[in-house]
Amino acid sequence: MNAHNEVAHRAAPYAHDRSSVNRIMLQVCLALTPATLYGFYLFGIPALLTFLSICLAAIATEALCLWLQGQSITRVQDASALLTGWLLAMSMPPWSPWWLCLGAGFFAIAIGKHIYGGIGQNVFNPAMLARVALLISFPVHMTTWVHIHPLGSESAPGLFQSLGIFLQLQPIPDGYTGATLLGAAKAAANGGGSIAELVATDYSLAQAFVGQTMGSLGETSELLVLAGGLWLLKNRVISWHIPVAMLVSTLLLAGLFYMVSHEQYLSPWYHLTSGGVMLGAFFIATDYVTSPSSATGKLIFGAGCGAVMYVIRAWGGFPEAVGFAVLFMNALTPLIDRILKPRAYGRDHRGNPIKNVSARKVS
Amino acid sequence: MFSLPIRGSRGGVHPETKKDLTAERSILTQLPLPKKIYLPLSQHAGVESRPQVQVGDKVLKGQLVARSGGSLSANLHAPTSGTVVAIEPIVAPHPSGLPAVAIVIESDGEDQWMELPTLDDPLALSPDELADRVEEAGIVGMGGAIFPAAVKLRQGRRFEIKTLIINGSECEPYLTCDDRLMQERAEAIIDGTRMIRHIIEAYEVIIAIEDNKPDATAALRKAAAGHGMIEVRNVPTQYPMGSAKQLIQAVTGKEVPAGARSNDIGVLVHNVGTVFAIHQALRFGRPLISRIVTVSGGCVKSPHNVEALIGTPVREIIQACGGLNNTPARLLMGGPMMGQIIPSIDSPVIKGTTGVLALTKQEVNEHVPSPCIRCSRCVDACPMGLVPLEMAKHSKVDDFDNAQEYGLRDCILCGSCAYVCPSHIPLVQFFEYAKGEMKERRNSESKSEYTKRLTEQRNERVEREKAAKLAAKKAKKKKTSRKAESEESAES
Repeated sequence: MNAHNEVAHRAAPYAHDRSSVNRIMLQVCLALTPATLYGFYLFGIPALLTFLSICLAAIATEALCLWLQGQSITRVQDASALLTGWLLAMSMPPWSPWWLCLGAGFFAIAIGKHIYGGIGQNVFNPAMLARVALLISFPVHMTTWVHIHPLGSESAPGLFQSLGIFLQLQPIPDGYTGATLLGAAKAAANGGGSIAELVATDYSLAQAFVGQTMGSLGETSELLVLAGGLWLLKNRVISWHIPVAMLVSTLLLAGLFYMVSHEQYLSPWYHLTSGGVMLGAFFIATDYVTSPSSATGKLIFGAGCGAVMYVIRAWGGFPEAVGFAVLFMNALTPLIDRILKPRAYGRDHRGNPIKNVSARKVS
Repeated sequence: MFSLPIRGSRGGVHPETKKDLTAERSILTQLPLPKKIYLPLSQHAGVESRPQVQVGDKVLKGQLVARSGGSLSANLHAPTSGTVVAIEPIVAPHPSGLPAVAIVIESDGEDQWMELPTLDDPLALSPDELADRVEEAGIVGMGGAIFPAAVKLRQGRRFEIKTLIINGSECEPYLTCDDRLMQERAEAIIDGTRMIRHIIEAYEVIIAIEDNKPDATAALRKAAAGHGMIEVRNVPTQYPMGSAKQLIQAVTGKEVPAGARSNDIGVLVHNVGTVFAIHQALRFGRPLISRIVTVSGGCVKSPHNVEALIGTPVREIIQACGGLNNTPARLLMGGPMMGQIIPSIDSPVIKGTTGVLALTKQEVNEHVPSPCIRCSRCVDACPMGLVPLEMAKHSKVDDFDNAQEYGLRDCILCGSCAYVCPSHIPLVQFFEYAKGEMKERRNSESKSEYTKRLTEQRNERVEREKAAKLAAKKAKKKKTSRKAESEESAES
């Protein structure tokens, strides 16, 4: 098959729209930048350390894996490992310890991607695979949510304190951590408490949307994530099908059960502004490699992500479920792609030639 | 059974048109006569034509030099007067670079026409007679399809053609040969259109032009005004609008069923260049010996359209456009989306040469391919509704059955998928390879089928002969025994 890769005798076309993998990946990173910077602002220097260590671990693992497979290490330049690390960091607790960060970055690239054969070959979203694996293995560390300590505020840790927390030389101070809305709601539901009461006293919808809440490093501000996602849509890096299907299915399911009981179920608006829904809908479920290629397939995939996520959030064992939902639908992607091929010109949906032959033979 | 509604057109791409390089410039018609003309015997869909001249023969301009070799073959005529100096293999304008036999004519500089027949009004002649004359003139599809025009016309006569579409969409970037032809020779195109309509007895005629050619549209509207029945219609500018299937859908809203021809849905498509050639043949008796070629690209000093004699070396028409100002990264025949690399600048212009492009490295933008990231931009770009990424995946490992299933059987090789691929995967190359292998496989299958049949027939024959021999022997034995008997009885 060597002849196919030879540039010298390549077949037409001899023109190109000048897109490249590297450009696509960097565009997604750029779209993530506002929400990321806001995360640094909310959670301070430890969050920056978390972010950098995960991204570096991902890139180093990519280089290592390429080298082990005898491929050109310059392929790291396609920025796909950077993006995987970046997305993973966005979904991690902001004050994660060093070993958790390095392990996460390594797991995502080595196990989530290169075990399957490298870029384009993986079945599951590498970032979500790593996150879920760590969540199951280290449930305490992966659910240590610090309150917001904006840069410049009195409670924000200084550089040395931050390094101490990151390297686990000193513990996170008492009273710095708490429960997220989804966590509290799950606890309330399990304990028979009233969600309506909880929401009324402790949590504000507007703050959740803007991001003045605790949560993962880059997931708190749905507003900034949404802005980044819309920018990607505008630049046609992603198509609307998956995000819209995922958000609409979440909204419909959550709305339905909220109408059944205000006490037992959280309002759909809280669902849409909490946890990683926006990040999931625009940045994670839309991962090219692990989502279907046809428009109809994308709609089903997105709707499935929203539905699975809601089911786990409402009745499952975890308060947040974007990762689980995306992985579940990733597993169905090959099947969706096989069944929902687009209709070819001149054929019906089952692949048989259309019967449109109308011209009478004269003789 | 419930079936989803069939929706309208999709896919396609919008490459940078680059037509401004030549669109505003008139066709250069008075090119210097080439010293030598090279006429490959294969410039059409079917088998090679058979030479009708010998080395040393004097020929006049327009004289038949090779006759059609089969049903999809076409006649060849001398593009200028001179002497046949060789009939030998030359480097053909084909990416393989393999030699192909050509008639080489040394021009005598006189450019003297043979005696042309004086023709009656073609519209008064019978359709069959006109189709014969188109065949005689050696006209093939000038948009690059190189399918003999007369065959298409005769096929059209066997169907009830509701719509005759004249294809002036010219969607390939850079190419403006049809655009200039429509602007400068609108009357002739309308005249040719009327003749085709007369031949196939179409109910309606639509000249379809992409909406980025307002001048050509205006020129044809003006020329068509007096005749009625001919509608000039704009279609959206989108590659590959010039592909017959896509154009038919844009104009009529109908799709040509898979495996069928446009005839089957009552539509016939002819390119404007072909229409012009038909006009020349039927009105003036001139065979196809020249065509308009777009000479363009970043490496050409003064890009223009030229009217070149068939067989003119590419080098000479580039010279006529000021020559090259740089070594081209790619030298192509046709447009950048579906054109082919030409192995040598001395290759001749042939009947299907729409353009000669000398492109810079920057224009071509080739990169080393990287793995597919399944972004599915190719799926969105495919005008046939196929899944190029899966077709490539399966072609790569020679799994042709699955490649067919994902769309290889319907692929028109337009290159839209490869144009948008961010991984720079040479998708069309995979598909050409897979289609070639499939053809090979079908051929060898039918060959082994044939061998099997022959062997069976032979075995049968041997059996039969054996049986016959045996029977003969028996009969003989019987005869002799009977003879003996009778002799015996006679004796007794």
